[in-house]
Amino acid sequence: MIFSENFIEVTYIIATALFILSLKWLSSPTTARRGVWAGELGMALAICGTLLYQSIVDYKLVFTGLVLGAIIGVPLGRVAMTAVPQRTALSHAFGALCVTLVGTAEFYLRAPDIPPFMMAVLSMEVILGSLTFTGSLMAAGKLQEILPQRPITYKGQNFVNLATLALAIGVAVILVVHPDLVKLFPMLIFIPLVFGVMLIIPIGGADMPTVISLLNSYAGLSAAAMGFVLNSKLLIIAGALDGSSGFILSVIMSKAMNRSFTNVLFGGFGQIQTAAAGEQEAKPVKSATPEEAAAILSAASRVAIVPGYGMAVAQAQHKVRELYDALSKRGIDVRFGIHPVAGRMPGHMNVLLAEADIPYDKLLEMDVINGDFPQTDVALVIGANDVTNPAARNETGSPIYGMPILDVDRARTVMVIKRSMAAGFAGIDNPLYYLDKTLMLFGDAKGFVSNIVRELSGGHG
Amino acid sequence: MKIDLLTSLYVLMLAGFIGFEVIRRVSPLLHTPLMSLTNALDAIAVVGAIILAGEKHEHMATLAKVLGTIAIIAATSNIVGGFIITDRMLRMFKSSGPKKP
Repeated sequence: MIFSENFIEVTYIIATALFILSLKWLSSPTTARRGVWAGELGMALAICGTLLYQSIVDYKLVFTGLVLGAIIGVPLGRVAMTAVPQRTALSHAFGALCVTLVGTAEFYLRAPDIPPFMMAVLSMEVILGSLTFTGSLMAAGKLQEILPQRPITYKGQNFVNLATLALAIGVAVILVVHPDLVKLFPMLIFIPLVFGVMLIIPIGGADMPTVISLLNSYAGLSAAAMGFVLNSKLLIIAGALDGSSGFILSVIMSKAMNRSFTNVLFGGFGQIQTAAAGEQEAKPVKSATPEEAAAILSAASRVAIVPGYGMAVAQAQHKVRELYDALSKRGIDVRFGIHPVAGRMPGHMNVLLAEADIPYDKLLEMDVINGDFPQTDVALVIGANDVTNPAARNETGSPIYGMPILDVDRARTVMVIKRSMAAGFAGIDNPLYYLDKTLMLFGDAKGFVSNIVRELSGGHG
Repeated sequence: MKIDLLTSLYVLMLAGFIGFEVIRRVSPLLHTPLMSLTNALDAIAVVGAIILAGEKHEHMATLAKVLGTIAIIAATSNIVGGFIITDRMLRMFKSSGPKKP
């Protein structure tokens, strides 16, 4: 049976349309699941279409690959929601691996006569693929805490990194001019592999949302380059969609951390100047017990909860949900304010809270909830620090000055659950804690919230 | 070949604009599922890997088959894992509207 190339192309065109619809339907939680189905259907069509190519003779190998991949994929789809950031980094690595391997094979199949433009995109595919592979593995290792999360920096790091990248591009240029220098090709893989590691070494935990987005963008671009090599419009489009998605997310994340755009593009993140620790005089803070906190909360009519990565670390999201239920039952309006970079990847906090069964219409973006803080009785900060620091708004000397924050200090009362007075990721003191209206609730997030819940339910049955 | 290349560049440009416009509208609420979904879609690279592993090659056949098969495995795990986790996440997003006791 012979299927014409045109028939196969038609499956690709339908798949492309389904991919675009898939992302379009993701714009709202009500249609999002339809988006996944569209994506699955498109993927199935494209794979089936490809299997019909008459030039494919070795089905055994192909099916072995598909089955093994599915066996690895299922557990990767079933990880806990807290592990989603490292899973995502790992899947960027797998995507990049696929692209790099295909690019490598294509080079050896076609060498030595490769037209200059083809060699250029092939180099781009392999360079981006290799650096994304090791970079993503490093990011996954840091997120899984196999590797130290502390940023490792040294003098001249940026220079060494840029020089390494320049070396890889130099090799690519030589190959474009002399594609017969086949022996040089392994350098095109090896140097970016090293570069990927060096790129992520200086990155700390709180910078992960930006880095993951950037790696996402690289993975997409390398796939688009692969589309040029294989002359596949489907791949170019899928790669461009993925690339622009990662790019947009990187921009959103960098804006939310007040980093410039070039700063992101050149991977110049992670260098947080350790703020001049300043005078360490112990300023007085007010603290409160769970009973007092419960009493204040039950007297409120509008409460805003601001969660941060500390809540995820303490696994407190289910207790927070109980708090949400207890307060809602009393007719108190409870909403959540989510900072774009809260958590370890874009949107991470929303997923954790949704998993705890908190309705998504209660999860508000920073810009939406910020206008409401002056009318809010209690702002409860759980495991967040720098994203609530008023110094970002009014202290021009502060290292985080200009970073958009959640204006919790404008609420009538602020309560902060915190282990101790230790400084946050950026190593900066938070003036919020010394305000007259701020109560510090010292303790473990999970334990403290459950104590508040117990008080609330004990008091009024 | 030249015309193919030019068409491909047009396709890239248009897809970039479509991607930008479509993804800009995705609610920040769903940024994590967005990333896992685009990741799964990006694994369409499996198409290239299938052709590489399945075709008959005159020279370098072993290399092509080995690399092609590993590439299929890597991409398929992204497809399967990516769709499963995206769907799991999206199922969790519930509105407070209908199911209030």
